[in-house]
Order: sequence, then C-alpha cells, then structure tokens
Amino acid sequence: MKYQLSQLKQLEAEGIRIIRDAYSQFERPVMLYSIGKDSGVMVRLAQKAFYPGKVPFPLLHINSTFKFKEMIQFRDQFCKDEGLDLLVGFNEEGRAAGANPFDLGSRKYTDLMKTQALLAALDHYKFDCAFGGARRDEEKSRAKERIFSFRDQHHQWDPKNQRPELWANYNARVNPGESVRVFPLSNWTELDVWQYIRLESIPIVPLYFAKKRPVIEHNGMTIMVDDERLPLDGQTPREEMIRFRTLGCYPLTGAIASEANTVEKIVEEMMTTRLSERSTRAIDRDSDASMEQKKREGYF
Amino acid sequence: MDIDQFLDQHENKSLLRLLTCGSVDDVKSTLIGRLLYDSKLIFDDQLSTLHADSEKVGNAGKGEIDYALLLDGLKAEREQGITIDVAYRYFATPKRKFIIADTPGHEQYTRNMATGASTADLALILIDARLGVITQTKRHTFLVSLLGLKHIVVVINKMDLKDYDQKVFNSIKADFEAFSAELDMPEVTFIPISALKGDNVVEPSSNMDWYTGGPLLPILEEVDVAGGINLDDFRFPVQLVSRPDLNFRGFAGTVASGTVRPGDRIKALPSLKESTIKRIVTADGDLDEAFAPQSIMLELNDEIDISSGEMIVHAENMPHISTHLEASIVWMTEKPIKEGQTYVIRHTSRSTKAKITELKYQVDINTLQRHPAEELQLNEIGCITLTTPLPLFFDSYTENRETGSFILIDPITTVTAGAGMIKRHLSIDQPDAETNLPEFQWEPGRVSPGNRAQRNRHKGKWVLFIGDAEHAPQLAKDLEYKLFNKHLQSYYLGLSNLTEGLEADIGDSFWDREEHIRRIGELGRILTDAGLIFINSLERADDYDLTRLKALHAPNELLVIAIGESTVDAKHIDLQLDADGETEELIKTIEAELDRHTGLPEYNI
Repeated sequence: MKYQLSQLKQLEAEGIRIIRDAYSQFERPVMLYSIGKDSGVMVRLAQKAFYPGKVPFPLLHINSTFKFKEMIQFRDQFCKDEGLDLLVGFNEEGRAAGANPFDLGSRKYTDLMKTQALLAALDHYKFDCAFGGARRDEEKSRAKERIFSFRDQHHQWDPKNQRPELWANYNARVNPGESVRVFPLSNWTELDVWQYIRLESIPIVPLYFAKKRPVIEHNGMTIMVDDERLPLDGQTPREEMIRFRTLGCYPLTGAIASEANTVEKIVEEMMTTRLSERSTRAIDRDSDASMEQKKREGYF
Repeated sequence: MDIDQFLDQHENKSLLRLLTCGSVDDVKSTLIGRLLYDSKLIFDDQLSTLHADSEKVGNAGKGEIDYALLLDGLKAEREQGITIDVAYRYFATPKRKFIIADTPGHEQYTRNMATGASTADLALILIDARLGVITQTKRHTFLVSLLGLKHIVVVINKMDLKDYDQKVFNSIKADFEAFSAELDMPEVTFIPISALKGDNVVEPSSNMDWYTGGPLLPILEEVDVAGGINLDDFRFPVQLVSRPDLNFRGFAGTVASGTVRPGDRIKALPSLKESTIKRIVTADGDLDEAFAPQSIMLELNDEIDISSGEMIVHAENMPHISTHLEASIVWMTEKPIKEGQTYVIRHTSRSTKAKITELKYQVDINTLQRHPAEELQLNEIGCITLTTPLPLFFDSYTENRETGSFILIDPITTVTAGAGMIKRHLSIDQPDAETNLPEFQWEPGRVSPGNRAQRNRHKGKWVLFIGDAEHAPQLAKDLEYKLFNKHLQSYYLGLSNLTEGLEADIGDSFWDREEHIRRIGELGRILTDAGLIFINSLERADDYDLTRLKALHAPNELLVIAIGESTVDAKHIDLQLDADGETEELIKTIEAELDRHTGLPEYNI
C-alpha cells in the first residue's frame, strides 16, 4: 500500500479537519452559503466531516434581492434535499427602500445589501464563527488571508495585524463581540473545485452551464435579463449561448459566451480561454485594490 | 490527452508545499512570478494588468516585466515595494501541484517566516550572487532548520550579473556549507539561476554549461515528499465525539501520524483504557487502513469514555504524557514572554493553560550563541519549560511535527503569541525545585571530599578551556601533562571521544547541544567528585553553556580559561589569556590561577 494521498484527497482531508476543528472550538458557528460552486464544495466537506451525523450548524445565505432566480430555486431545493438548516438574511431597510445597483452603483449597493446585511445577520444571531468558501487563489488580497481569519467587533479585517498561523494549530480565541471567519477551501484552486465537483457529483446551479439565455450589453459586460428590473437602455434582449463563471447579483455578474454544458467542457474551456476567475465581477474592477477595501470593511 | 484524462491526472497529482526565503532585494517574488510565467500559468487578464502595472509602479526597469507584481497582494506593500506578510500562491505542472508560501526577508518579520515554514515541506533559500551568504541567509537557514524542513534548495540568483561565473557559485556554495554545518541540515541542493533572465528556472541555461544539476522546476517536481510523513507512530487527537444515535459513537479526528487498521489494539489517553478498533468510518465508506493525514472517524469495540482534546494511540506505542515540557519558542507578539506568565496553549486538539516555569535562554540567530535572558521580545527565539494543568500527549518536534508543535495564545488579547517546538531531551534537573538539586540526592560513599583532597594533596577541580579552536585543546593537554608530572591527579578528556560512546544516541549539531552539555556537566561533576583535576576544551561554549555547566557541576568548582577572543560574557571567565603567548608562560599563569583556587600543594611548584 502506498501511503500517499493525492493532492485532492489532501485538500479534502484538510478541509474536513478545519471544519471539525472550528466546530469544536467555537460556541456558535454558521456556514455562509452563497449558492455558488465553492459553497457547494464546502457544504459537501461539512457533510463528510460529521458523517454519519448531520451538519450541526445552520447555513446562512445573504439575499441582496438581485440574485438570479435560478439561484434561489436551487438553494431551496438543495437545502431541502440535503436536510440542511437554512437561514436567509436581508437588509430589510434597503429592501423596503428598493435599493438597487442601477441607482446606487455597484460599490454602494454591494456594501448596503451584501456587506451590511451580512454583518447585521451575524450580529443578530451572535455567531462567533462564520465559515466561508473563499480561496486564496481567487484574488491578490486573498493570498494573504489566514484560514482562521480574525474580525474585530466591527467585523473588520486588518491585513497588517493578522494572527500568525502555524502548522494546523488554529487560534480560535476571541473576546466577546469579536469573531473569526474560517476558510476551509483556502488552499483549493478553481481547477480543484471543478475537479471535486466532478468527482463527487456535487449539484450546482444550472447557470454555470451554457444555454441560450436573453442578454444585453451593460457597462461593458454581457448581462442576463433575469427579470424586469434590469434597465434595457433601449436594447432588445438577444438570445445567446452563455454561461457564468461565478454567480452573484445578476446585474453585476457578466456572462461569457460559451458552449460548455458539462463540468468537463467547463474545465476544458477554462484551460483554453485563460481569463482569471474574478474578471467577470464588476466589483473587482472598480479600482485596483477594491477587493482589499471590501474585505477590510467586512465583505468576504 | 482528452479532458477526462487531464482531470484524472490533476486529481491524482502529488502536492508539494514550499517556502521561499530571501531578502527583499533577492526578488524572490520575481522568481515565483517567473515560474508562473514560464510554466504558462498566468491568465491573460493578469498578464495585461501586469504589463500596465510594470509601467506604473514596477521596479524592473523600463520595458521589462516586473514579475514580483503578480505576487505582492496588498496595496501598501505594493507602494513600498516589499512583501510584508505571508502570501500563498498556487500552481500546478502536469506532474505536481505546488503551494508556495512567500514570506518576507526583512529582519522584523521572523514570525512570518516561521509561519510559512511551519506548513512547508521544502525551503527555497535565495542568495544574491553579488552579495553571497549574508546575515539574512544565516537567519533564514536557522529558521528552516528550527522548523524542521526536510528538503532545502539553495538558489543562487542574479548569476547574469556575475558573468555566469562558476567560481562565484562554488565559493557561495562553500560558504553556505561552512556555516550550516552546525545546523544538522538535510541534504542541500544548490542551483545557479537568473530569475530575471530565466536561466535554470524552467529551462536549462545555455549560459552555465558547467552546471549539470538541472533547472529548478524539474527538481521541485521530483523531490520525494512522502518520506517526510511519520508512518510509525499512530497518533489520533480526538476533535469531536459523534453520537448521531444510540447505536453509534465515533471519534472524529485527523490521523496526525502513523497508520491504523480495524482490529488494532489501542489505548485512550489520558485514561490508559484499552480497546480495539471496530471500524474506520468515512462518508465514502469504511476503510481497511487509514494513515496521516486522513480525516476519519474511529469506532471502538468497547465503551470507553474519550472526549474532545484527548488522544487515541496504539497500545504498544505511546507518546510522552506529561504536564511538563521543554520547547524552543519563537516569540510573535509585542508583549514579551517572561518566567511566571500564563498563556493558553493549543496543542493538537487540546487547549489548556500553560505557565512558563523557566526561560532557559535566548538564541542569537546570527551567531548561534545562547544567552540567559529575562524575557523574549517579538521575533526573538529561545528555550522555555512550561507546565500545564491538564496532561499533554506529545512527541518531540524532530520525530513528529504534528504532536511536537504548539502555539501559545495571550489570554487577554487572544493573539497568537508564540510558536513552540517540543525538545527531544527533557531536562532531568529542575533548578527551581530545591529538592532536585544533585547534592540533596547524592549518595556518598564513606570517603569524603576532604579525605580525597588530603590523599591527593589538592581538591577536585574542573578546568575548561574555551575560545581559540587551535590553541585551547593544545594548552589543555599541556596542562594535563604538566600537572601529571607533578604527581597530581589530572585527566584530560577530548570531548569528541564521547561521540561514539556516551553520546552515541545524539548528534553533534546545534540542536543536540543542550543534551551534549548536560552529559558533560554530569560527567564533570562525577570526576571532580572523585578528586580529579578534570580538563577539557570546549572552544565554542556560549554564555548559556557555561551557566548550565556551572549549575550542573555545583557545588564543585569550574575554572574557565578563555584563550584568545571569545564571545562569552566576561563574568563567566576566570582567566583570559592571549592565544599568541608562549606555552610555558601560559601554563605558568594557569598554574598560578589554579593554585589560587585549588590550593595546589606548595612543594610541588
């Protein structure tokens, strides 16, 4: 017998270990569930971590009110099928006021409807640990993120004052009001995530797969017309074979032209088109270091 | 190759975690950027950003791509032109996946380098060919050795600026080998490269035909990392106890080391209760065997009470179980560590309190000299003993990185304050416990030291020469001879003689020094008790060695004679002599000093 785990099995073992470690050290953990492919992998690791028991903490989804319809349908079905406890957080004030990215701009809108809504939910439930599906390879400022990432009472991340993290000895100590974001997928790459989805047959939102969908051009990106709230600016939506590399708020998430309708074809496309993952996200392009700014404020 | 084969291949790759260390000017980020670039792993949008950024803030010169910009994540760092924290990078070749911990070379960031090294299998140490081995190189190498990395690759960069000269390479290699000899390093690979020009990074360099060792990337792809995993000692720290229903009780955890099979006889710690493994449960089905680092759940054949933070091991292979331990410590926070302070210790899956019982010494990592210290500041390294209210189940860090490591957490601020590596040899003497001092326990015969002194016409005495490596041993032998001819009980012992005998079980590196000194100290105590004038030369003794030897040798006396220049504190030295002096004169001076201390009989001189 060869006593060596493949890299993917090592990542899986590490992820399970991290989830169990955080669960054993914190009082009130929650798993942030974005409905995306990374969340899907993270939930699978949590299921494996507690098998044959059930996942002993809830999932929390922050609904910014502009998510793709298919995402919400998928979320509800997935949580029902898998027997997962789901919490949904909104910015109620923003929702009542009809906050939208068209009037507020992507940054203000994201801050209000995602970041603020998330922080309010974390405060409301007094969670001291929130699992997130972020990966270090996604974006430059994330490369320095810890696996157990400390947040102060205002949920802020201080990149200059991070706790050193050695071996697998994670520091879960916090004072009241402070919390830790835990990232079990820190060491995974986009390719690893896809490979794992394929290996484990993890269900993902159909929007990841290419299909004819109605789109218009908006701020230099191809935006899918998911409902009537999207201003068409005089354009007539046209049907195109598209898919999404990441999923978020539909008016802020650019589609790519694609024929890839299976996981294998997606990977093939990824290897040949060679555009980095977050390049379809409007928020990263606002300014050079915008993701770092968002993270300092509490966004994932 | 079709996409299915590609994916299967990617899934089954091995994983290498590596650490890069070098000073800021060594542009190690440039090297990693070059690896990504040459192995075509930079995405198109990153590439166009890179070109734009290189023009705007790059340091590589007009028209050149600054590869470092790919890696320097945070805005402030980009503006300062340095990487100030640990950044993790990922890339894969068809053979292997790599995780790179990129750490700063700047002096005040020892803690970051220790952090990066703690999870790495291999260290890349970068040396600037124009500067050679500098203080920072030594510091990095020390940390790599302290953190126990099994594979070391020394990359000598900027060879293009030294005309790709083999002599430059050879001389740096020799310097490196000379200073690292004491550090018990694993085999070291040396590669001459130019990260900027791409020589020997991915492709062999045509500019250095004299180098036959192969470029960096293929070497990284072929290093055998599996050898670093301890498969002998089964250690299973329990993270969680799972009771989904009344019929099942599973102990969840990650195999820290070793292997386990159903039927294996196990012991639970600290209860010492025994049982056998019933099943190894995973969500993908039961396993016939599990090994490190798999995350599994164990079901036992007997109802034994085991909680989170306890440990399951093979019944016949136990770790240390103790509330005391001794460890090297890297201090990582502004508030210094001192004796008497209490922290939270996180060790495997267990958290408890830890009180610092002794701060034994601080290591000057530039010189490898150790000094007694009142406290350790941020980025300082030393040795402590601590005690815990709950027992810990541990091995030495050298034998087991998982069960030999811990962190200390400040209970007030909750920051990670220190990183500890448990020592192989636990101190037997406890200087703080009075009843443990040797003289309280020493069982005397019927002959007293006074009787012996009367018979020998002198007291037992230990004379230790330190300093000049050439003259000190010579003078020690001369002194033995001279005293012997005066019918005195002198005995010279060359300490290298111990290597094959009394010290056959320990090495001769810096890391074994503590135990080396302990044994010499105990030996000296016995021989002077027997009435001898015991004479040695310990040329590289530092402050800590002398403090320890004096303590171990008490209540007998130790006379320290420094020959030529030495770095130890003057308070430890009884007699300072010039290395260039006439031997006859030097011996006479030593005799006079001995006479003063020991009362050498008058008529013999």
